[in-house]
Amino acid sequence: MTFPLLQNDKSGQIVLAAVALITVFVPLFNLLLPESSPLHFSTYTVSLLGKYLTYALLALAMDLVWGYCGILSLGHGAFFALGGYAMGMYLMRQIGDRGVYGNPVLPDFMVFLNWPELPWYWQGFDQFWFALLMIVLAPGILAFVFGWLAFRSRVTGVYLSIITQALTYALLLAFFRNEMGFGGNNGLTDFKDILGFNLQSSGTRAALFAATGSSVILAYLACRYVVDSKLGRVVTAIRDQEARVRFLGYKVEMFKLWIFVFSAVLAGIAGALYVPQVGIINPSEFSPLASLEIVVWVAVGGRSTLYGAIVGAILVNYGKTVFTAILPEVWLFALGAIFVLVTLFLPDGLVGLWQRRKEEAA
Amino acid sequence: MSDMKPHSSPLSALLLLLLLALCRIGTAQAGDPVAEGLAQIKAAPMDQLEASIQQFATIQDARVPKLLQALLDGRLLYQKADGRIVTGDSADDGYAIADALSGEKLGTAGRFDVKKINLNNALRATLRQLIGRLELNSTDAHVRLKAVEAMSLAPDPETLALLLARLGQEQDPKVLSAIRLALALADLNSPDKAHRLKAIATLRTEVGADVVNHLNALLEKNEAGEYLEPDSDVRHTAEAALTEIKARLQLYSGVETVFFGLSLGAVLVLAAIGLAITFGVMGIINMAHGELMMLGAYTTYVVQQLMPNHLELSLFVAIPAAFLISALVGIAIERGIIRFLYGRPLETLLATFGVSLFLQQAVRSIFSPLNRSVSTPAWMSGSVQINDALSLTLNRFYILLFCLLVFALLLQILKRTRLGLEVRAVAQNRAMAKAMGIPTERVDAMTFGLGSGIAGVAGVALSQLTNVGPNLGQSYIVDSFMVVVFGGVGNLWGTLVAGFSLGVANKFLEPYAGAVLAKILVLVFIIIFIQKRPRGLFPQKGRAAEA
Repeated sequence: MTFPLLQNDKSGQIVLAAVALITVFVPLFNLLLPESSPLHFSTYTVSLLGKYLTYALLALAMDLVWGYCGILSLGHGAFFALGGYAMGMYLMRQIGDRGVYGNPVLPDFMVFLNWPELPWYWQGFDQFWFALLMIVLAPGILAFVFGWLAFRSRVTGVYLSIITQALTYALLLAFFRNEMGFGGNNGLTDFKDILGFNLQSSGTRAALFAATGSSVILAYLACRYVVDSKLGRVVTAIRDQEARVRFLGYKVEMFKLWIFVFSAVLAGIAGALYVPQVGIINPSEFSPLASLEIVVWVAVGGRSTLYGAIVGAILVNYGKTVFTAILPEVWLFALGAIFVLVTLFLPDGLVGLWQRRKEEAA
Repeated sequence: MSDMKPHSSPLSALLLLLLLALCRIGTAQAGDPVAEGLAQIKAAPMDQLEASIQQFATIQDARVPKLLQALLDGRLLYQKADGRIVTGDSADDGYAIADALSGEKLGTAGRFDVKKINLNNALRATLRQLIGRLELNSTDAHVRLKAVEAMSLAPDPETLALLLARLGQEQDPKVLSAIRLALALADLNSPDKAHRLKAIATLRTEVGADVVNHLNALLEKNEAGEYLEPDSDVRHTAEAALTEIKARLQLYSGVETVFFGLSLGAVLVLAAIGLAITFGVMGIINMAHGELMMLGAYTTYVVQQLMPNHLELSLFVAIPAAFLISALVGIAIERGIIRFLYGRPLETLLATFGVSLFLQQAVRSIFSPLNRSVSTPAWMSGSVQINDALSLTLNRFYILLFCLLVFALLLQILKRTRLGLEVRAVAQNRAMAKAMGIPTERVDAMTFGLGSGIAGVAGVALSQLTNVGPNLGQSYIVDSFMVVVFGGVGNLWGTLVAGFSLGVANKFLEPYAGAVLAKILVLVFIIIFIQKRPRGLFPQKGRAAEA
């Protein structure tokens, strides 16, 4: 590992190496080893790990704006969900006439609601390149418009958090409506193919997993590049002393806007990778709770470290899977306790704890 | 007799007993004029039946109109065996009978054991007249009103004459206006043009649907394209009256929308006002605020479970109980968590969010995840009918009142009590306040407790409007923050104005956009509004604003 980019990022190297290892070996072990082998990963595990990795990507996006720019966005779930819906729309069109109603053009829920034809905003989603474009554009444009309005009029801190929450709440209400044309309460589900490959097959699952792992690695490198660049340093300076940076002549709102949009796009990509692996996208992704959970992942892992976000996202979600399987009623207690304990005792998250240990040992 | 006081004199008690005894004898006596009259009706041959009925109707007794109605309905029978006069309702194979005079139930009688007192059509018309007149002269204004309304449905010259006669003696304003309305509606068909014009002039102040229908009928054309109303003057006046009535109806529906909006706003204000203290005054983002409301709502539920026989009073117990419980939980949150996080608002947001998840799950574990229903006391249900077009539901009215009361009380606490003074001092300049000897830590705890307690009180109000469930708090938290931010942080009046204006705006948008879209529009509006005025409607001024 002699990336000049990661020279001063030992922990980042370790975490990335780990992600790279599972990205390569989990799909390989899943496909090549027989099920009897102790190293075999079931397709279920592959999907589960893939889901965690998309969350890790989302947490990276969150850490970029919260950890490095001090923007506590309580609406990142919205960007994630928008990317997810864009992918979901593509997958929906891929079903073709294999839906319950067998309509070659309209998705099942539209047939069910007696829609005469595909609404205009569904046009083009039968093309993969168009879906890819929308995965980036939909969250990007929303973040741009919202950020442009908010940062220009210097809405900061708590106010910004609250209006981002209002944003995702408004979208939640909107997407619950059947008239929106996104499947209402049920969202989009019952997917069959992606690019002609069967979504249920292990090969497709493995490929999606590899794509997700690679995306996390690429996104990490991109984020590391951004925060180490001059732009990143200005952004960090804005986090620490916004007024001074402004007095130095920087256009603070432009830097914030840039980082916010970039982060939203990353979140959208995470959503797009999430949907084919989980098989459903519905309005609950827009709920304020979902957005707040992202903050917990980052807080638990350790904010403004990037790799901490990855660690936090994977650990918290692993804990969630375990808890909700064994003691479902304990999960909210546990999540609540994590929120409180981490803010009170671990301001730098688990990664901070580990680093303090290391310093004490040295 | 129900208002007989326990300490009234023995003499009056004795008198009462005597009276009761007399009454008992009175009904049993053969000298009961009602019984005699009924016997006469039963015995009368057809040609004298009318005279008997007429005479019967002159008897001053509350049973008379009912018996006449029974006669008219063919429910007045007599038993063939002993000639006893009974009322009978059709049952299987016969009648369920009761004594006509006392109403005592006598079981069932076979179809051929009893005989109906027969009438002819002329007698039926007479009976209707008599019943109408009797009810019209009833001492109960409610009965009179019902009589007028019934008579105006099928106005014939005789009923109109009766109504006209009653007009001179009627005192009750409601009955009076009902009579005028009935007469005017009938006058619309009068052949005399002056009468019709006068009727329209009376009707133009009304709002009822039947008035609109009658006036519309004047403007209709028949198949040949001719107006049903021949006179153009009358048509024009009717048209003008209709426009006037429609304008008034629109006004009333506007008033109603404003009322609904205000009541929705009252809920928002109640939910947000505790937050206005903890967030606005102390600068703490308390994401568990909604759950403190939920605790208040559950307290109401528990109080009702504990006193099932006093539902009417339970709310008055629940309000202080909810205040105390939520305030104590609030103080515990402040002492346990928030005091370590002062000056780090984003961290308080996260920690209190953890608390909110904890409280939700706790409630779910204790009370089950299902919604609990809290019953509404009788004095809160129902509605006030202002007129035909406008009725206001009582529970919403009380919540509006309650909201204003809580607001006024809170304002007084902050303005006039020592705690209020200290709260304001700490909010403005913590260090300075501490230097002046104010126990800031205690004030912090008390302030947070006050804000939390008010959340609990809001929960009591909410329990009267929606189901009480673990998610109750979540559905109000975003709204509450919106209200506080919209109104301007640190400004209770701002919260009041913001809550009411958002409520009213929501209700005015609803008919055009639907409930969900209206809410989305309001949220989007606030998001845009914050861009224009980042510090809300009423921003804080001076040094405190920078802190």
